[in-house]
Amino acid sequence: MAAQELTGAEIVIKALVDQGVDTIFGYPGGAVLPIYDALFQQNKIRHILVRHEQGAVHAAEGYARSTGKPGVVLVTSGPGATNAVTGLTDALMDSIPIVCLTGQVATHLIGSDAFQEADTVGITRHCTKHNWLVKSAPELARVMHEAFYVATHGRPGPVVIDIPKDVQFQKAEYTVSPHITHRTYRPKVKGDIEKIKEAVDLIANAKKPMFYTGGGVINSGTVASQLLREFVRLTGYPITSTLMGLGAYPASDKQWLGMLGMHGTYEANNAMHDCDVLINIGARFDDRVTGRLDAFSPGSKKIHVDIDASSINKNVHVDVGIIGDCAHVLEDMLRIWKSKARRPDKAALADWWKQIDLWRERKSLAYKTNDEVIKPQQAIQRLFEMTRGRETYITTEVGQHQMWAAQHFHFDEPNRWMTSGGLGTMGYGMPAAIGAQIAHPDALVVDIAGEASILMNMQELSTAVQFMLPIKIFILNNEYMGMVRQWQQLLHEGRYSHSYSDSLPDFVKLAEAYGATGIRAEKPSELDAALKKMIETPGPVMFDCRVDQLENCYPMIPSGAAHNEMILGDDTDGASVSEEGKMLV
Amino acid sequence: MIKDEKIERHTISVLVDNEAGVLARVIGLFSGRGYNIESLTVAEVDQGEHTSRITVVTTGTPMVIEQIKAQLDRLVPVHKVMDLTVEANAVEREMALVKVAGTGERRVEALRLSDAFRARVIDTTHSSFVFEVTGTPEKIDAFIGLMRPLGLVDVSRTGVVAIARGPEAM
Ligand SMILES: Cc1cc2nc3c(=O)[nH]c(=O)nc-3n(C[C@H](O)[C@H](O)[C@H](O)COP(=O)(O)OP(=O)(O)OC[C@H]3O[C@@H](n4cnc5c(N)ncnc54)[C@H](O)[C@@H]3O)c2cc1C
Ligand SMILES: Cc1ncc(C[n+]2csc(CCOP(=O)(O)OP(=O)(O)O)c2C)c(N)n1
Ligand SMILES: [Mg+2]
Repeated sequence: MAAQELTGAEIVIKALVDQGVDTIFGYPGGAVLPIYDALFQQNKIRHILVRHEQGAVHAAEGYARSTGKPGVVLVTSGPGATNAVTGLTDALMDSIPIVCLTGQVATHLIGSDAFQEADTVGITRHCTKHNWLVKSAPELARVMHEAFYVATHGRPGPVVIDIPKDVQFQKAEYTVSPHITHRTYRPKVKGDIEKIKEAVDLIANAKKPMFYTGGGVINSGTVASQLLREFVRLTGYPITSTLMGLGAYPASDKQWLGMLGMHGTYEANNAMHDCDVLINIGARFDDRVTGRLDAFSPGSKKIHVDIDASSINKNVHVDVGIIGDCAHVLEDMLRIWKSKARRPDKAALADWWKQIDLWRERKSLAYKTNDEVIKPQQAIQRLFEMTRGRETYITTEVGQHQMWAAQHFHFDEPNRWMTSGGLGTMGYGMPAAIGAQIAHPDALVVDIAGEASILMNMQELSTAVQFMLPIKIFILNNEYMGMVRQWQQLLHEGRYSHSYSDSLPDFVKLAEAYGATGIRAEKPSELDAALKKMIETPGPVMFDCRVDQLENCYPMIPSGAAHNEMILGDDTDGASVSEEGKMLV
Repeated sequence: MIKDEKIERHTISVLVDNEAGVLARVIGLFSGRGYNIESLTVAEVDQGEHTSRITVVTTGTPMVIEQIKAQLDRLVPVHKVMDLTVEANAVEREMALVKVAGTGERRVEALRLSDAFRARVIDTTHSSFVFEVTGTPEKIDAFIGLMRPLGLVDVSRTGVVAIARGPEAM
């Protein structure tokens, strides 16, 4: 029997359904009307109407990161597509699988500067893993399935499918199955077994070992987190993680040293600097992590597990590079470790832990509270303590509050923490919270925000209200672009050029204007009751938490410095940044 | 990145699916990441399979060259990347069309030198020649250098194409 003919728009919907998509985030316009019409006539896919296309992509990122499934976006041509660009770039930097469908002007109009025409594949070529312009309906089903494959296999990332309006009307047979083998793109998931053996030997013979794990473990899936836990516990070695990898290893465990890097803990950074074997699982030696490259972990043998060959030896030369998926490689490592009955060097390890405990005693995340002002760290610590035992998902905006959230909110599970790490996109947090809440309707989803960042995608509060999403927006309002102000203090002699958040709206009234609940706390004595109210109030809540305006985020490795040259909160007099360091961001 | 390593020149062959935008992806990769392109050639090599072969000559430290190959390899339409400089004993050729204008002694000298380079005359007027010359880029550089004082007016070069010696395919 010949397959039934469908319109391009119907093919799009059918392919989404066949891919198991239940939710898409989008915004309509002329060039996607046929797809919106097809959406209207079905009930398998839920469409979440955002208020700005950037919000659609971040919401899809929040959905993807909290579920491990790809996020799907639908936007119109021209301004719809260009508005999505920041979100796509964000997803590319953080390796988040996104399938973004964009409308395009009809094929015969392409290149004529038609109304709302933009060269979407040209513009998004640099901010997607791959993109396609579909010129006829018969190709559409294949491209749709290929797009999901590319977005989710290997190193995940965003893809764009640009679909001209005439193609959405054109009829074609839908014949392709969702499971494809790609002609050219077949990433390797199994690591080279000889290299894995070499790595296990190095790991077993280490005297001062250190696990450094990253977002790749989260990308790999929950099995990878489980295998990581098993392997790390078996060895008894210390472990740290990047901002993107938080939750893969439980923060409540005694082998956990906290986050590393620019705002990482004293113990994590010092252990990185002094270790003799560095085991990088799914992290990419980002500059926020390495600090000065020629002083980065100078005495260690380095092992790097990464699914993307281009991550290996990109910034830091490694001794054993293993190309493969974290879960697959960890499984092999564990098997080889067990079969060879490997034992860590107990005596050396005891000395190493003794040293680490000395660093820990420095209590680098400590802060002083008082009765007058709420400390931002205190606000997050209380949020953490008061939400313990709940299923909680945290998203953030970008700035000091983001770093404090990473330091003081502790994650025991993967996929609970969503933050814009690579691009550092202010305005990420609220739409990401919307996406996470859609995927986990009964969970507590909190966007830890700054007063400046939240204004960048404030319109999405309307989305939360429309879809009755009970997200909580917890604004640490210091009336400054605090992260910028901190750098100006450290690098530019306190000339706070345009970093004061002037003319702020009344966030409580603003929340109410949107039909959400507004809360404010100004004194430490009000904090707990206000947090309780935020957590218990049904529906979306925006909490204006007034915090110490001039608090700085420490520890901090200034740009251009080494891991063992970090500034701690209580000795900021010594803080100085080299001339070379000032050139860096 | 540690920058004190020496700069090397590599010829890299990239077999790609001949789909729309594939060349833009490769070029965009080089410009976006700040890699050098000394020359780049591309043409379809298998019409049935719709594959094209891109030959790119680039320079960089060994670490950068490795990056370039890894970055090329992860482009979705790329079938295969081969570093002909290290993986194969390769032959490289470039072709140039070289226009020389002049009369009298200089014209005679140009023709005489072209013979030494096995260049062919493919167009001639009373006051000009167009030479076709093939060889390594260095040979073409040398030929162009010699033509300069003899009335060189125009050059068009193909860029390098290269292939491994021996019986194996890429
Ligand atoms: C204001 C600000 C401050 C920051 N400060 C810090 C800081 O102090 N510390 C810090 O750590 N970060 C910090 N960051 C974040 C930083 O910029 C980077 O985003 C982060 O360090 C990168 O994390 P990652 O190395 O885990 O890599 P990711 O970006 O998560 O990349 C994952 C890596 O794993 C690989 N991978 C993907 N999937 C798999 C798989 N299945 N198997 C194997 N490998 C896989 C990828 O190829 C990639 O190399 C900060 C960001 C901001 C905005
Ligand atoms: C879209 C965007 N523009 C500019 C920046 C640069 N930037 C980084 S942090 C920051 C200040 C953020 O202020 P706020 O949201 O109040 O957070 P705080 O640092 O005060 O906690 C700015 C402007 C950015 N990261 N993203
Ligand atoms: Mg602020």
